[in-house]
Amino acid sequence: MSALIQLAMTFGMLSVLAVGGGTAVLPEMQTILAQRFNIDHTAFVHIYSLGQLAPGPNMMMVLVFGYEIAGLLGAGVVLLSFFLPSSVLCLAVGRLWNKIGERPWRRAVQRALEPIAIGLMCSGVYAVAKAAFVGPLTIGLGVLTFVVLLKSRINPVYLILGAGVVGAVIMQLTGMR
Amino acid sequence: MKPQETSLAVDEPLPSLWEIFREFLLIGAVSFGGGIVAYERLLLVDKRKWLTPDAFMATLAISQTLPGLNSVNLALLAGDRLRGFVGACAAAAGLMLPGGLFVLVAGVAYSAGADHPLLNVLLAGVAAGATGLLASITYKIGDQLFLQMRALSIIVATFVLMSVLKFSLVTVLLIMAPIGLYLYRPKADEQEPSK
Repeated sequence: MSALIQLAMTFGMLSVLAVGGGTAVLPEMQTILAQRFNIDHTAFVHIYSLGQLAPGPNMMMVLVFGYEIAGLLGAGVVLLSFFLPSSVLCLAVGRLWNKIGERPWRRAVQRALEPIAIGLMCSGVYAVAKAAFVGPLTIGLGVLTFVVLLKSRINPVYLILGAGVVGAVIMQLTGMR
Repeated sequence: MKPQETSLAVDEPLPSLWEIFREFLLIGAVSFGGGIVAYERLLLVDKRKWLTPDAFMATLAISQTLPGLNSVNLALLAGDRLRGFVGACAAAAGLMLPGGLFVLVAGVAYSAGADHPLLNVLLAGVAAGATGLLASITYKIGDQLFLQMRALSIIVATFVLMSVLKFSLVTVLLIMAPIGLYLYRPKADEQEPSK
């Protein structure tokens, strides 16, 4: 029971702190899950990566953390606590906004939060990379994916799956990581 | 330019809750590899004309300003415009259902096979690829901001507070949000910049 309450508090807090989209809370999520819920950084990055193969909003993998910690009930608690607070806030403020119309300070808030969100996303890249890059091969696959995604319009899902298969073959053949 | 009094772009009948749910469910099911906001624009502006292009941009701006996932916030606000609170619920539920089921199935499989060596080898490559994806998204969103002194100093300061000094996210936001707001405060003589 206390695990469920702790889950709800953790993801409820992350929900309202998710400025500029869910990705901004990745580093905090990784830290908290390791400290309070014993999900090590490797499991974190594996589950995060699996989630990137899914369709729909890119943070649905939070359900898996709930499932790992407290089963299906945990997944349900995480679903509600991660999406409900920000959704209620969005609806309430959104309606208010429609009434009062565009104001210069809304633009100011958005412009101020943009670089903060990008700074947090850089922290997210750093946190995920520290767990995902375990040797020259994984670094190479990561950099290659990055470059191809910048140069082409290929669907990232194919690239991630390709990195998985190519990586698995090379790792099995050479033992390289 | 058409006048913007109504949220509906043309005089279509209001969609039913089921229609809203079904259309967002479709997006939730086919949007592999991200870019959901673009799918939402196609649906809301082009396919069903539920929002004018201007109303869409205004709604998107609010979605991006408030905390939470932009795609989910956008679905909520669009659903709310169409059918009120239940419309918002229908849109968000449709958007999240397919991905939610997908990750649960994947998560159960992962839990069952986490110790399997082949799965771990496969996931090591997948994780490397996903890191490349996250880096490319960050790079693309950051785009011009990395080149502006004001924005770049906020980006670097936020990164240092979070990743080097390892402050909590609340602390980082309490420090950086006032600084950002001060640096980007509206100026009396400044025209609304168009993005």
